[in-house]
Amino acid sequence: MALPEERESHSVRDLIVLKKNNRKKKAIEKLVPKLLLLTAIVSVLTTIGILFTLLIETFTFFQRVSLFEFLTADTWYPFSNPGEYGILPLISGTLRVTVIAILVAVPLGISAAIYLSDYASDRTRRIIKPILEVLAGIPTIVYGFFALTFVTPVLRTFIPSLEIFNALSPGIVMGIMITPTIASLSEDAMSAVPYSIREGALALGATRFEVTMKVVLPAASSGIIASIVLGISRAIGETMIVSIAGGSSPNLGFNVTESIQTMTAYIVQVAQGDAGYGTTIYYSIYAVGFTLFLFTLAMNLFAAWIARRIREEY
Amino acid sequence: MAMTAKKERERATDIQEKKTKNIVYKTKELNLWYGEKHALKNINLDIAENEITAIIGPSGCGKSTYIKTLNRMVDLVPGVKTSGEILYRGRNIFDKDYEVEELRTRVGMVFQNPNPFPKSIYDNVAYGPRIHGIRDKKILDQIVEKSLRGAAIWDEVKDRLHDNAYGLSGGQQQRLCIARCLAIEPDVILMDEPTSALDPISTLKIEELVQELKNEFSIIIVTHNMQQAARISDKTAFFLNGEVIEFDDTDKIFSTPSDQRTEDYITGRFG
Repeated sequence: MALPEERESHSVRDLIVLKKNNRKKKAIEKLVPKLLLLTAIVSVLTTIGILFTLLIETFTFFQRVSLFEFLTADTWYPFSNPGEYGILPLISGTLRVTVIAILVAVPLGISAAIYLSDYASDRTRRIIKPILEVLAGIPTIVYGFFALTFVTPVLRTFIPSLEIFNALSPGIVMGIMITPTIASLSEDAMSAVPYSIREGALALGATRFEVTMKVVLPAASSGIIASIVLGISRAIGETMIVSIAGGSSPNLGFNVTESIQTMTAYIVQVAQGDAGYGTTIYYSIYAVGFTLFLFTLAMNLFAAWIARRIREEY
Repeated sequence: MAMTAKKERERATDIQEKKTKNIVYKTKELNLWYGEKHALKNINLDIAENEITAIIGPSGCGKSTYIKTLNRMVDLVPGVKTSGEILYRGRNIFDKDYEVEELRTRVGMVFQNPNPFPKSIYDNVAYGPRIHGIRDKKILDQIVEKSLRGAAIWDEVKDRLHDNAYGLSGGQQQRLCIARCLAIEPDVILMDEPTSALDPISTLKIEELVQELKNEFSIIIVTHNMQQAARISDKTAFFLNGEVIEFDDTDKIFSTPSDQRTEDYITGRFG
């Protein structure tokens, strides 16, 4: 080992070797990956734990209510005696709201994306995009009372038969809520289409709109579809808006003006109420939760599959 | 220099014919600015029908800007301003009521890097005719075959017309882009350094192709490669710092240029 006062005369290489031999540093280098692995394991275990609980409680539920009844019966009325547990009304509630949300969000979101990626000037884009993203940051409870106290009364002036709690109003508001997600992700996908491809089309005498519709949209289709699927899975899992403005009457059917109940809203209702531990109602929220989980899982797998499958490569 | 002498004689016999040749593009006092930057200065240039006009010059001299002005692709650059006139077949393309899409259907363009659409080979070629309203499958089939043959790539792709164009090699992609451009039967073809991203063999194929295309089209080609200009073009314009220094027959430019700067450039003293 060199003496400290001699260090100044050392070459850079000597100093590097000296640093390398520093034991403390070596120990940290060895420890860091282990710590990181530990945190990764914790999050994986948590997920497994949640899934496990969900499965166990769902299993208990199906010891009391048959799977056949759960999937085929057309009434969900757990508070009667004996309770009726047909999930179809809840699923139909969720689907009605989701379909309305998608009908609102897809045209709005994709139009906005087209405008931002192919028409807006840099300045306009810099102003509009952050505003759009603020929309994504509004707490869902705010959207919820916006639906109940503003959208529903407005809609009732046009549709007098609309009930106070209904599927239409939360559906529209949920559509507004997921519009920024779809717009932002679709815009990313469209902006990623190389400019040279647009140039190629323009040079053939295509108008800007023809370039957008026939070159950019097809080329960005995988990203756009992925954004829509993500929007759908957010709509399926959305809770606050439907709890506040959707009502709590599980109805089977396609009517969007009547009061409904979604899967998520039912879980909220039971979790807030005083269904005792160990009752069938208590276990039913796990079964509903598990169904919900299967829906969103299916959507996510579908999105991943789409993104791989229908890509126009560039 | 025997070749030059031979070409000299050819030119003498051609002179009568050349005088009657129509002018496709007449550029008058063209100036162009990118914001504050004066990119093209007082350009005056006449481009004749059925000839290959090469534009040479060092990087940043305005040669690409000039050909992008000819089909007004330069409009897409934010903050661009122009003055002067470009007459295409006698009409000023900067006229307020000049339809730029119409101009671009008559004037095709091939870019520096091959830019096929992320679609099948067939759909790439059929894209132009389709956006201009041709839907008949039979007619489209004919156009696709004719254009691919015209671009000397038919034999290589005829068995995989419905494969993605991105599976082709760079040189094939570039010839596909030429085919795409031929499909709408343009009058003029602009080529912006079409071989600079290609290997020598692909370059040779494109050069041969360009010379064949000359019989049917007027071609304006920007090139970095002086040998290429000398090999394939009839006329050459030398650009420097946004000005046309010299515009003459290619043989003359490369044998006895009249401007010292042209000579310095073609002998490789700068650029």
